[in-house]
Amino acid sequence: MLEVQNLSMRFGGLLAVDQVSLDVQEREVVSIIGPNGAGKTTVFNCLSGFYRPTGGRILLDGREIQGKPDYRISRLGLVRTFQHVRLFNRMTVVENLMVAQHRHLNTNLLSGLIATPGYRSREQKALDRAAYWLERVGLLELANRDAGNLAYGQQRRLEIARCMVTEPRILMLDEPAAGLNPAETRELNQLIVSLKEDYNVSVVLIEHDMSLVMGISDRINVISQGRPLASGTPEEIRSNDEVIKAYLGEA
Amino acid sequence: MMAQSFRHALFCGVITLIIAWPILGLKLVAEGTSITVRGADAFTWAAVAVAAVVVFTFQLFRDRLMGRLEVLQALNPLANREPLPDAKRIRLENIGMVLLIAVALVWPFLVSRGSVDLATLVLIYIMLALGLNVVVGLAGLLDLGYVAFYAVGAYTFALLSSYWGVSFWMALPIGALLAALFGLVLGFPVLRLRGDYLAIVTLGFGEIIRILLNNWTSLTGGPNGIGGIPDPTLFGMEFGRRVRGEGNVSFHETFGIPYSSEHKVIFLYLIALVLAVFTALVIRRLMRMPVGRSWEALREDEIAARSLGLSRTGVKLSAFTIGAFFAGFAGTVFASKQGFISPESFVFLESAIILAIVVLGGMGSQLGVILAAIAVTILPELAREFAEYRMLIFGAAMVLMMVWRPQGLLPMRRRHIKLKGV
Repeated sequence: MLEVQNLSMRFGGLLAVDQVSLDVQEREVVSIIGPNGAGKTTVFNCLSGFYRPTGGRILLDGREIQGKPDYRISRLGLVRTFQHVRLFNRMTVVENLMVAQHRHLNTNLLSGLIATPGYRSREQKALDRAAYWLERVGLLELANRDAGNLAYGQQRRLEIARCMVTEPRILMLDEPAAGLNPAETRELNQLIVSLKEDYNVSVVLIEHDMSLVMGISDRINVISQGRPLASGTPEEIRSNDEVIKAYLGEA
Repeated sequence: MMAQSFRHALFCGVITLIIAWPILGLKLVAEGTSITVRGADAFTWAAVAVAAVVVFTFQLFRDRLMGRLEVLQALNPLANREPLPDAKRIRLENIGMVLLIAVALVWPFLVSRGSVDLATLVLIYIMLALGLNVVVGLAGLLDLGYVAFYAVGAYTFALLSSYWGVSFWMALPIGALLAALFGLVLGFPVLRLRGDYLAIVTLGFGEIIRILLNNWTSLTGGPNGIGGIPDPTLFGMEFGRRVRGEGNVSFHETFGIPYSSEHKVIFLYLIALVLAVFTALVIRRLMRMPVGRSWEALREDEIAARSLGLSRTGVKLSAFTIGAFFAGFAGTVFASKQGFISPESFVFLESAIILAIVVLGGMGSQLGVILAAIAVTILPELAREFAEYRMLIFGAAMVLMMVWRPQGLLPMRRRHIKLKGV
């Protein structure tokens, strides 16, 4: 479904990503791992359109999407979360989910101004979907709270819910387990599995928590210093000497 | 610490001397055909010296004095009050809004002609401030050239009426739409800029429009302006003593009442009132629509908003265009009220005052902005007896306001969408 070919990203003299390739199939969890500063988030930024890659191709369903503006890529169903949670802090939890659905809502100003029945039913549907996902991630009773007042783990889950209401095909999670306690990480694990199994979403995951990565990934790509080091199933990665030397061995 | 503040205070004192000496101490005096430089009298010198000493002492004890200002804050009884619960607050604000409109409705029948005229001006500023509130308060775009759209609205009506005899009611939507179009065209290239850069570009745009109006003499009459702008009519009834437009009748003859010049003033006031209420209602509704939430989301976290499929340019452009639309509205009413406009009405100071209203009122808050518009327009009129000191008083009031209530009169607390049954 998603295919990345020889992706490169150069910042001045620094080659942050060098010839990275990966592919994501339907209903698959693909992880990108590597030491800090390996260029994982840069890959994400290229995929989601925040950066315009300096080389290589990104194909979604066979169509090139590299260099498209970020909001267009997101509308194609490639949605991401951030390493540092980015919520709309002064909006309520449910409003965060409403904003995410705007491209599904009718944007016609006039129908909204006079609140036509069609507009109202669309708004209600969006509210229902928001409620559904809040229930799903266990935040329903906090729906009317300001997002900025949630605990960190709750903010992480809200961010994922906010992506899910956009009905993505591929969800990109940038270190979703960072800052979570073991219990929360287990819940996250279950959530990701369920996204894949029940909602037919493919997940691209950047994560340092090896138990999480090894447990849920179908395939893993290892990057080191911007270069692809290895890729394969968790078992293959676990027994790959180079990976152990470059990454697991150090940890 | 002490030595440092002493050095700093000495420096400030000397700077005061250096600046005050040539400006106040030296005078150019014309003697026949030549000009000579003379020193000032002893009193001026003494005043300069005293000023330098005052600056020196203030700077020396500045930290301690500013510490006292905290006490000023404590004098403000509202400073540490618990904020009202949202529901109660919204109800109070609604009651306030209704009361305001009720007072505004009976106002023209109770007071003098001059007061009604002033109230019309207040309403025009309310429209402007509500419009700018969308751009600055809701979308978070600092626009220093907002007066340009006001000018576009006013000049659209003036030009249409003087060249083609277009009436007020035709010009009103045309002026607003043209202003919105200007907003769209200007916004497109500049909205990728942020913060300070955007402020400077909009400032430049405001000046360009004014200078264009000033210099395009063949079309706009340049600094002479355009006069003879017609008054609005009520279903073809005119408010002048004699009927000017073809096929029109006069208001006082239709109703068989004696002619009074007040009718026109009151009618214009009521039009402005209806338009201001319309502006407030539309923007209130917009705030609760997807587009309003997009403005807020983009202001809160642009990157997150974009990652969710909101187009930065599209969202900002919508705010800019809608803001410009209401400025065009206000401009048309203004042109009609004055009957004469010139570029002088659309200087940068106007933009600054409208912005001050928005900031004083509390960015994003409608009732706050309305109250601030009333205060800012009326206070200088009340302080008229202080003559040249009134701008000084105005400035001082602003400073105090920002010390006491930096968040504005009534800071915005948006009505959140609630998920029911939680």
